[in-house]
Amino acid sequence: MAQIFTASADTRLRAMLLMAAAALVLAIVAGYASQGYGTVVGWVRDQPVPFSHRHHAGDLGIDCRYCHGAVETSSRAGFPATHVCMTCHSQIWTNAGMLAPVRLSLAQDKPLIWQRVSKLPDYVYFNHSAHVAKGVPCVTCHGRIDRMPLTAAAHSFHMNWCLDCHRNPGPALRPPGEVTRMDWSGWDDSVESHRQYAALRVRVEHIDPVKLTQCNVCHR
Amino acid sequence: MKRAILLVLLCLLPAACNDMGRQPRSDSDEPSKLFADGKALQAPPEGTLARDDPARMAALQNRPPLTPALLQRGAERYAIYCTPCHGLTGDGHGRIPSRGFPQPPSFHEARLKAAPSRHFVDVITAGYGAMYSYSDRIEPRDRWAIAAYIRALQISQSMPASALDEDERRRLEESGS
Ligand code: HEC
Ligand code: HEC
Ligand code: HEC
Ligand code: HEC
Ligand code: HEC
Ligand code: HEC
Repeated sequence: MAQIFTASADTRLRAMLLMAAAALVLAIVAGYASQGYGTVVGWVRDQPVPFSHRHHAGDLGIDCRYCHGAVETSSRAGFPATHVCMTCHSQIWTNAGMLAPVRLSLAQDKPLIWQRVSKLPDYVYFNHSAHVAKGVPCVTCHGRIDRMPLTAAAHSFHMNWCLDCHRNPGPALRPPGEVTRMDWSGWDDSVESHRQYAALRVRVEHIDPVKLTQCNVCHR
Repeated sequence: MKRAILLVLLCLLPAACNDMGRQPRSDSDEPSKLFADGKALQAPPEGTLARDDPARMAALQNRPPLTPALLQRGAERYAIYCTPCHGLTGDGHGRIPSRGFPQPPSFHEARLKAAPSRHFVDVITAGYGAMYSYSDRIEPRDRWAIAAYIRALQISQSMPASALDEDERRRLEESGS
């Protein structure tokens, strides 16, 4: 009877195991890299100041545009300048240790460096004003920001997520004057009348899903 | 054999890098080594005039004609930038003063009712006492729109219910205020 295992079988087995382990590590590293540390859903990051949207946007009811004023007119929503914080914190919580970096930033004229939680890769073009003008509300993409004590991403901005909406944007459209509204539960209940609203808006605004899914809309 | 494995691993390594995502450009909120102060977004040098500055100055000088669209714009901008402190009706009881911010005056006091619209535009432009300037976030035309809306608020709070017509009175009663 011939031998089942040749002399080199051991080496081959070891090589195969090594390759399998390497492939596993590579898969994990690649998956991690494509997600990007900064875009993992639900993760918070260390910020210079523990700024709370739940407190400011939720409890105090400050509109998003008070701080992210560029969102209607430019591609970026931007972060508030230090003196925007100071419109209120020049008078309240003026001695809070938590806010010391804000005061230092104003005194030294050095911007606060916020850690991003929802960032696209550089090769993707995105435009806030285009979405806001058509009435895609902030909550659709950023989730219930007004309930976040520390900011986290609500969706990982993968291509299929963008395309899911671009193929059929109608149901996502809301009155453009109310884009910063966070709670749409009342709206989502009356399905039938809003199906008509969606169809009408798509027609009136000349939104063409065929054009919206072309590569050069987002990769230019 | 070992060398072959190493070679295969080396060839696979680039797949783990995604360099396209970080291109050699700076977004406006990112730091940059290009400038001494380390910011990618540079403030224009002292004394710079933007191309549309003359138009903006003219818009600040000349009050736009009063239209329903202007009032609506004013209501929206007022809700964003002024309600936190001055309140929805302009009585000065917003949420921020209730947390310890100095109490702003009511827009319905005689002095501010008599004040010209330009006064409100000037306060938004330059600030007033404890209130900071909002000129970085509110365009000149919108400042006039807000002033117009404050005028509407002032009228609304001193209007006798008898001046309303049948339909408006019913809606007022239904809304319960
Ligand atoms: C009082 C000012 C203020 C208000 C009001 C405000 N924000 Fe923010 N926002 C900030 C600051 C400061 C940061 C940066 C720190 C952080 O990420 O928490 C931020 C970060 C964010 C981010 C994270 C971006 C990223 O990639 O890291 C999103 C999304 C956001 N805001 C959306 C909103 C929305 C939606 C609203 C309205 C419901 C809102 N903000 C209201 C000040 C504000
Ligand atoms: C419109 C007014 C307003 C603005 C603008 C504002 N804050 Fe506040 N903030 C408040 C008030 C009011 C409180 C305290 C609320 C209380 O006493 O319950 C507060 C509390 C805080 C606290 C205390 C911790 C907490 O959340 O309870 C931090 C930190 C803070 N703010 C950071 C910031 C930063 C950073 C900015 C600028 C991006 C900012 N705030 C802009 C009104 C404001
Ligand atoms: C269609 C989805 C979508 C909508 C609607 C949307 N955003 Fe964003 N937002 C994004 C994406 C994608 C990014 C990341 C952009 C990047 O990294 O270049 C982002 C980034 C941000 C940031 C970080 C700073 C910046 O400009 O990159 C803030 C703040 C923000 N959004 C606030 C808002 C607010 C406030 C609204 C509502 C008025 C809003 N967004 C509506 C998708 C959206
Ligand atoms: C919830 C729906 C929705 C989501 C999610 C969404 N979009 Fe859009 N997008 C729209 C609508 C609606 C328009 C406006 C179409 C028009 O103006 O005809 C639009 C337009 C655009 C445009 C065209 C802007 C211009 O200059 O004309 C770009 C670019 C874009 N989206 C990129 C993205 C990217 C990148 C993402 C994912 C990170 C994304 N969108 C996610 C609904 C969405
Ligand atoms: C609505 C916007 C949008 C459109 C349209 C779009 N893309 Fe993308 N694309 C994205 C976003 C966002 C990403 C980033 C995904 C991520 O970070 O995981 C991306 C990533 C990619 C990548 C890199 C994938 C990776 O994992 O590195 C390729 C390749 C790509 N797109 C090709 C295309 C092609 C080809 C088309 C046309 C058929 C297209 N895209 C249309 C938004 C879009
Ligand atoms: C952060 C809180 C805050 C916000 C937001 C705010 N104000 Fe004020 N405002 C004040 C305070 C406090 C005073 C009283 C200042 C003083 O007397 O020192 C005041 C005073 C005023 C006055 C009275 C000036 C006078 O002659 O007595 C006007 C008019 C005014 N504000 C208009 C506005 C308008 C318009 C907006 C929106 C664009 C606005 N304010 C937003 C806090 C605020």
